[in-house]
Amino acid sequence: MSEFLQQLLNGLSLGAIYALIALGYTMVYGVLRFINFAHSDVFMVGAFLGYYLGKLVPAGTWWGGLAVLAGAMIGCAVLGMTIERLAYRPLRGAPTLNVLITAIGVSLLLESTGQVVFGAAPRNFPVLFPVRNFAVGGLILGSNQLIVIAVAVVLMIALQLVVYRTKIGTAMRAVALNPKAAVLMGVNNDVVIAFTFGLGSALAAAGGILYALNYPSIDPLMGVMPGLKAFVAAILGGIGNIPGAALGGLILGTVETFVGGSQWSTYKDAIAFAILIVILLFRPAGLLGRFTVEKV
Amino acid sequence: MPKPHLALLAALLAAYGLQQYADHFDPYYLDVLTGVGINVILAVSLNLVNGYTGQFSLGHAGFMSVGAYLSAAVTLLLGPRLLGDDGGTAFQQGALFLAALLAGGLAAAGAGLLVGVPSLRLRGDYLALVTLGFGEIIRVTFQNVEFLGGALGLNGIPPYTTIFWVLAFVAITVFVITCLVHSTYGRGFLATHDDEIAAAAVGLNTTRYKIVAFVIGAFFAGIAGGLYGHFKLTITPTGFDFTKSIEIVVMVILGGMGNTVGVILAAILLTLLPEVLRPVAEYRTVLYSFLLIVLMLARPQGLLNFRFGRAAP
Repeated sequence: MSEFLQQLLNGLSLGAIYALIALGYTMVYGVLRFINFAHSDVFMVGAFLGYYLGKLVPAGTWWGGLAVLAGAMIGCAVLGMTIERLAYRPLRGAPTLNVLITAIGVSLLLESTGQVVFGAAPRNFPVLFPVRNFAVGGLILGSNQLIVIAVAVVLMIALQLVVYRTKIGTAMRAVALNPKAAVLMGVNNDVVIAFTFGLGSALAAAGGILYALNYPSIDPLMGVMPGLKAFVAAILGGIGNIPGAALGGLILGTVETFVGGSQWSTYKDAIAFAILIVILLFRPAGLLGRFTVEKV
Repeated sequence: MPKPHLALLAALLAAYGLQQYADHFDPYYLDVLTGVGINVILAVSLNLVNGYTGQFSLGHAGFMSVGAYLSAAVTLLLGPRLLGDDGGTAFQQGALFLAALLAGGLAAAGAGLLVGVPSLRLRGDYLALVTLGFGEIIRVTFQNVEFLGGALGLNGIPPYTTIFWVLAFVAITVFVITCLVHSTYGRGFLATHDDEIAAAAVGLNTTRYKIVAFVIGAFFAGIAGGLYGHFKLTITPTGFDFTKSIEIVVMVILGGMGNTVGVILAAILLTLLPEVLRPVAEYRTVLYSFLLIVLMLARPQGLLNFRFGRAAP
């Protein structure tokens, strides 16, 4: 029983990270209807920003850790908006396939630039927050795991407030619902889309740092697998649906951790895709999504 | 005889002729030519799915790996029994290799059917993702099958791939795809691509067309995989990951979707590019991805697509 709870905790903290990345995918999909393949590499850049910023602050302090987290989030928000401005905005209105391929190009560019700038060898992520282990009734709660869950929950609540309680959030929802009507109502779509990219990228950066806290070896290709899985999480919850992305991330992280702890552990990487296929076949709109029929 | 058949015959004879003089060429150039040929097969077969039929598959490397593994298993396991200890005559080896390639192709086509039937109900980026997912599942499965070498892959595959086999299959692939698309039946692929709803409205079974395109594409990917395995002599599951699929997709896009000549030129160009860029190896992938983005922004219809007036999908 205690082993089950321990695995559940590990799963939830992995799932919280997936959820943060998935939110970025789902928001961009909501406003632009395409898969931002480069998102997983923004996640990687976030972890590396954390690595370099982490050298500037004293290790293992609260304010230092939070400052690094905020710095990396701002850095990635700028990166995300730059990518959108240079690579995606010129293609506004072009067929989805072209945008998708551009996104793959941006993803490859970030990975290969990362390999040139950061080097291909893995690096050890610094200790950002104070580390303590709590033993509660046979369970071992690592402080990093608790931080991951706490930060993820705080960010998700903040996101929910931004999307539902602010003017720009209302504009985001308007653009997601109907871009043309939003323009007619006086919404500046370009600003909203740039803001969405910034917001999503900041969450990816937070995800990157939290991931690196739990798996402290970072390299330029670290984003590929978590990125794909987070996208699966976004589809699982219903793409374009913000609570769905959070739910999908938590489910996926938990399932993956349990599979990893079982005799099928070598199939861990395949399980996410198996879930994806089953979901798309039986409930293409995801768990919380609404199914829409294509009209001529 | 109709023109395409004559062209095919001429190409096969030319491949056979080149084989007879293969010893006179620099082995380096022959190796590069083999690599080019394998990539041409992959790109032309993917073009049927992504270009002519307008579906977006990101799992071509998965089908390639099925063909590579199965044909390697045939020559490694059945070969010694059928040919005896002395390795058999050249003719026997050739027949075994052909059988192995066809077995690999058929297995890949079967995998294509398995993947295609459920996933082709989806469209656009969802389909891309499901094919990607299937490609990864195939890879992880191969990593876990001890019988096929697990994560270490298969080693000591006999070096059966010669320039004749590669060029012959390039000719056959181009012939089959071109004739198929230009046949009465094959117009349905283009109709599915141009407007699926309209095609369905005039009575075409678009799902069936998509599945047929998928299965034929997978078959030739399997053949290419078999040629690749018997050329490199060792195959590992990681050699057929998502990056390889993207590489093939890029060739199709660069050549202009649904333009066989352009796709062949793009496959040649992109296989030669790394050879030319060897001196700046570190920056190769940076340059490559940068070119991909610039290309999509500047020439979304494909660099080598010179037919104006027909928009990209």
